[in-house]
Amino acid sequence: MDITEFYETFFEEAEELLGDMERHLLELDLDEPDPEQLNAIFRAAHSIKGGAGTFGFSVLQETTHMLENLLDYARQGELILRTDIVDLFLETKDMLHDQLDAYRNGAEPDPEAYARICQTLKKLALEELGHGVGSEPEADIAPSEQVADEAENSGAGSTVGEGASEHQAQESQAADADSGWLRVVLLNVSDKDLELLVEELGNLGTVKEQHGDAKRYEVVLESASSRDDIEAVMCFIVEPEQLDIAAIAAPTETTQEVAEAVSVPTVSQGDASASEAPPAEQAKAPAEKAPAQAATDDKPVNTTPGNKGGGAKKKAGGESATIRVPVEKVDQIINLVGELIITQSMLDQTASELDVAAHGPLVNGMNLLQRNARDLQESVMSIRMVPMDYVFSRFPRLVRDLTGKLGKDIELVTEGKSTELDKSLTERIIDPLTHLVRNSLDHGIEMPDAREAAGKPRTGTLTLSAQHQGGNILIEVKDDGGGLNRDKILAKAAHNGLTVSDSMSDDEVWQLIFAAGFSTADQVSDVSGRGVGMDVVKRNIQAMGGHVEIQSWPGKGTTTRVVLPLTLAILDGMSIKSGPEIFILPLSAVLESLQPSNDDIYSMAGNDKLLKVRDEYLPLIALHDILHIDGSEQDPTQCIAVILQAEGRRYALLVDDLVGQQQVVVKNLETNYRKVPAISAATILGDGSVALILDVADVNRLHRQRANSPKHAELTASRQEDVVS
Amino acid sequence: MSDMTQAAEAAIDTQSQEYLVFSLGSEEYAVDILKVQEIRGYENVTRIANAPDFIKGVTNLRGVIVPIVDLRIKFHLDKIEYEGQTVVIVVNVADRIVGIVVDGVSDVMTLTSDQIKPAPEFGETLSADYLSGLGSLEDRMLVIVDIEKLLTSEEMALVEQQAQ
Repeated sequence: MDITEFYETFFEEAEELLGDMERHLLELDLDEPDPEQLNAIFRAAHSIKGGAGTFGFSVLQETTHMLENLLDYARQGELILRTDIVDLFLETKDMLHDQLDAYRNGAEPDPEAYARICQTLKKLALEELGHGVGSEPEADIAPSEQVADEAENSGAGSTVGEGASEHQAQESQAADADSGWLRVVLLNVSDKDLELLVEELGNLGTVKEQHGDAKRYEVVLESASSRDDIEAVMCFIVEPEQLDIAAIAAPTETTQEVAEAVSVPTVSQGDASASEAPPAEQAKAPAEKAPAQAATDDKPVNTTPGNKGGGAKKKAGGESATIRVPVEKVDQIINLVGELIITQSMLDQTASELDVAAHGPLVNGMNLLQRNARDLQESVMSIRMVPMDYVFSRFPRLVRDLTGKLGKDIELVTEGKSTELDKSLTERIIDPLTHLVRNSLDHGIEMPDAREAAGKPRTGTLTLSAQHQGGNILIEVKDDGGGLNRDKILAKAAHNGLTVSDSMSDDEVWQLIFAAGFSTADQVSDVSGRGVGMDVVKRNIQAMGGHVEIQSWPGKGTTTRVVLPLTLAILDGMSIKSGPEIFILPLSAVLESLQPSNDDIYSMAGNDKLLKVRDEYLPLIALHDILHIDGSEQDPTQCIAVILQAEGRRYALLVDDLVGQQQVVVKNLETNYRKVPAISAATILGDGSVALILDVADVNRLHRQRANSPKHAELTASRQEDVVS
Repeated sequence: MSDMTQAAEAAIDTQSQEYLVFSLGSEEYAVDILKVQEIRGYENVTRIANAPDFIKGVTNLRGVIVPIVDLRIKFHLDKIEYEGQTVVIVVNVADRIVGIVVDGVSDVMTLTSDQIKPAPEFGETLSADYLSGLGSLEDRMLVIVDIEKLLTSEEMALVEQQAQ
């Protein structure tokens, strides 16, 4: 079996683990660190190390190894965590992420960055653990020596793991653990997986003995691979809880690299108690552990298994069973289900023409099919949905980093983390949201002293919230800072050559900051203020079919609201007819529809017509003009005017008829064709034919282009005709 | 010109190849059969506004939106009718699926490289750039179309042209 097949799985898993690590590091209460969290951080580092070792990513392996060691001391209470240490750990995490990216791109990680982080970690180990030696000499000699040893070793270019373990090996009496003989116990593994696992073990070493049943299967293996390596490979197939690997004494003497064996006692102790291993195994693990730690204090040994066990149980309980599936596969299912729905509605149409009395069972069956098909569609669509937590979880780190940098005191509150959003949208919303959060942190929330002077608590609050609103998701970034400065924005806008007036409404003024090159920050900081941003934010959000608006109150704060459609794959549409053709309008853009009367239609210079709706004059655009449709109703009073809003502009679109409202599956036109003006995508109707979805903003743009390009003569002529008719 | 010679050379190198033969009016054309995905009837095409006249619109091919090109219009044929015989050859070129409307599909033929003559430079309607050559078969002449080159060309307006 080719191990490179597993690279992608490893990268994805490692990325998730790094995310977990960061989350736990940020949540960590430094005064009273939660042992379970420390364990969780340690486990994440440990798993990455294991995987990195298996795949031969040595730099990654060594970096995580060093981090893991430090974390190990931290969870045993020997390293007292402080903010700067956590910062360092976070930095290491970033470094690991970079290394991971480098490996993913098939490159070697930056050696300088690696050397630097090694130095820093080593220094920390020496300083922090060196202190401890004085107070508890007996207990701490081993760890500090080990770290010092490591420092030497990695400095000299040899493997850190080897050095550390050699050292430990000499100290420990667990000589028989060095044999390279391992007993792998598999619990509750299905026959099929079992076969695969044994085959896999065969690749890693020589299978000496195997027996047992599905409930408990034992394999004795002679292997040069370390316990961690084996575990890392096996974990692709089974859960860690199902696996127990222990070193056993070899019947004959085998020369094995010391390195592998030594990690066994340290870890087996934790894992053995974590897994529901049979008592024999549980007894065995501490027994092995004891000699290894003979020289050190007993206390950590006593506390760690308990903690670890608790943590592992919790993890097992909270762990949701998930499978990784490539997005294309999901999209394919969504397509197929869309097809199924179409077929079903075609059948339905045919069946509805039949006599119900004569074909009762068929009609019943059709109803059932319809319900099942709809349910199926709904469930399939939900596969693509991920909770907003996926997005929000990035912000605690950002806020922490920036508050440190800016010298502000800010608390981040997140609401509605479980609100679900289409995966493709969550990925695209991260950048704009990051920008908004940065803005709020930098410009919005004031310095603690200024806040106090304004009678506000020193700690500012930044609230990120998400909630569903009809077919949309509403994401808010809310700060309790100083609010936008109307005068400053107006002055800046005037300076930038934008047309402004003092009589503009607040909303209009706030919209100005979305203009390109706009920043009212007095100073450009490295956080924000360069003025490239809000326009990009707005563009990105519009590209996702959403819009953004700002509310601000002087002295109270600013709220930025981002409204996005829940998914790009399905659209709530209104089908309309013009001539023989059917089009879909996104329902989100439709404000109302009405039948215009002649009194409400006004002509204006050029070929423009305006429709008076209540007290507003809206441009009147005939769809059949824009799209050159033959056979459409020419008399506006016989048409329906649909009032649409896009990009902050309203207009009335003349169509022949409204057909109905329906959810449509959005199909990309550009897959096989190209971008079509005024059309955003296509969909398939119940009868199997294709209908085009109108791009509401683009229709308006096209209309204005038309109005501007062909000049007077021809136009005035046609206008005269219009007036006559 | 150099494109043509290359194409002709490519055809020679491959020894013998299978071609799908179709008719446009009274003329016979052929395309590399490996590019053909399927053949279906002409139906249910949704018009696209502001597109060239030879782009008939888009249709639903099992959930995929596929543009339909009428080669008869593109090649300026006189008689353009849509009846029972009219077929759409669905081809797969440059990772895209495109349907081409033709008057009929006659057969699949194997042509060896010596049966394919280089196409002369002629008319404006069909530049020799889009031809792989001319196949001569007893008294028949097949115009072998390099369908990929034709459909991805700028004048077909099917593919968004990258700024160059």
